[in-house]
Amino acid sequence: MDAIVARYSRTAGVEHDDLRGEEQYDCSAPSSLPLLSLPPISQPAAFLRAHTDDASNPDCKIKIAHGTTTLAFRFQGGIVVAVDSRATAGSWIASQTVKKVIEINPFLLGTMAGGAADCQFWETWLGIQCRLHELREKSRISVAAASKILSNLVYSYKGMGLSMGTMICGYTKLEGPAIYYVDSDGTRLKGDLFCVGSGQTFAYGVLDSAYKWDLSVEEALALGKRSILAATHRDAFSGGSVNLYHVKESGWTYYGNHNVGELFWKTKAEEQSFENVPTDFTVDA
Amino acid sequence: MDVILGLTTKDAVIVATSMAAVRGVSILKSDDDKTRVVAPHTLVAYTGEPGDTVQFAEYVQANIQLHGMRNETELSPPAITSFVRSELAKSLRSRKPYQVNILIAGYDTATEKPYLYWVDYLASSAQLPYAAHGYAAYYTLSLLDRWHKKDLSLDEGMKIMEMCVAELRTRLPIDFKGIQVKIIDRDGVRMV
Repeated sequence: MDAIVARYSRTAGVEHDDLRGEEQYDCSAPSSLPLLSLPPISQPAAFLRAHTDDASNPDCKIKIAHGTTTLAFRFQGGIVVAVDSRATAGSWIASQTVKKVIEINPFLLGTMAGGAADCQFWETWLGIQCRLHELREKSRISVAAASKILSNLVYSYKGMGLSMGTMICGYTKLEGPAIYYVDSDGTRLKGDLFCVGSGQTFAYGVLDSAYKWDLSVEEALALGKRSILAATHRDAFSGGSVNLYHVKESGWTYYGNHNVGELFWKTKAEEQSFENVPTDFTVDA
Repeated sequence: MDVILGLTTKDAVIVATSMAAVRGVSILKSDDDKTRVVAPHTLVAYTGEPGDTVQFAEYVQANIQLHGMRNETELSPPAITSFVRSELAKSLRSRKPYQVNILIAGYDTATEKPYLYWVDYLASSAQLPYAAHGYAAYYTLSLLDRWHKKDLSLDEGMKIMEMCVAELRTRLPIDFKGIQVKIIDRDGVRMV
């Protein structure tokens, strides 16, 4: 009994046997985590902000990739996930071809908003944890459990400057289609419809106005794509192309990469929309 | 968090403004009118620094009315916009600039065309088919990009305006105490 108690009464935290004696920041992260070295100062988040936050210090030397529009929604036919592909560092467009949907495994997708490195690293790490769960339990992990592993992880790093806003989307027999919003504050929310990133409001605008539970798969994919297009048009930090996914019982399927440059003019012509963008410059306003 | 929204139809402009007047943590008034009729067929809707807004709107209103009395003629919406913009441009380089953002909605009785102008405190001016100021723009512009068409009927325009208001009600985190809607067309300005 004592042995069992001892096993579980150990204080949670990364063990630093090899570093004993050295000055070490107590990050109190669970012991199953990879050991990340932290700056030897009392407030890592303040340190990080001083060197990376473009808004509070435009002279900062490190500009972290930010700015995104991502969305996911549940409907009659499963889940649609749509994202843009632009990465910005300050006012510089660092890339137009970022993969913002992280394929955790054939049944789970994670979206990426906030720090690109944080999302990419921790969501692939989440994939490892999900596989380990599968091997241990001989059954696929639920979306609820997977998202909770991630939310517990980011919560253990709270105040240390992680920046992520993500949606964990998947389909299990037990839950059906499920979406969990997880961010680096430690917030974890189950829901039917989320838009995340600097362009979220623009995506919500289009998505809310045409969303119905009874959408067909084709309609839902079109709506997801159209909502991201709306955001890329109005939000300077979103753009590039749209990546589309559909999640159903048999796992996710990829519905292609749609360049916004061509998609915009095509959509405008078909819908007669984007009325504020003139095409005819011969008529005087 | 004031909502100032406008859209044009084939022969009218629809303007929507929120009715809450907020100072600090309190709502001081829930039937505030953030518009002024500056000419029989032209309405100015405003948002910005408390105090500046009404002062500026009533200042341009008085001057436009004075011009109307002296010349026995009504200024067109483009002319009014041009005047308002120049006043803001003058103010911008003064010791204490007016911090006011404006939509100007009008119907030109000479050309029989509706006009909507977006003007900000930096004295930028743009004629647009639909426009918004403040946080409302973040939710409604994408919606208007999607649904607004050329030559809408008044009913279709009102439908789209209702979609915008429904979106603001679901997503804006602060209660703006409802929306007041005014229509500007050949008959002048009227409240819905």
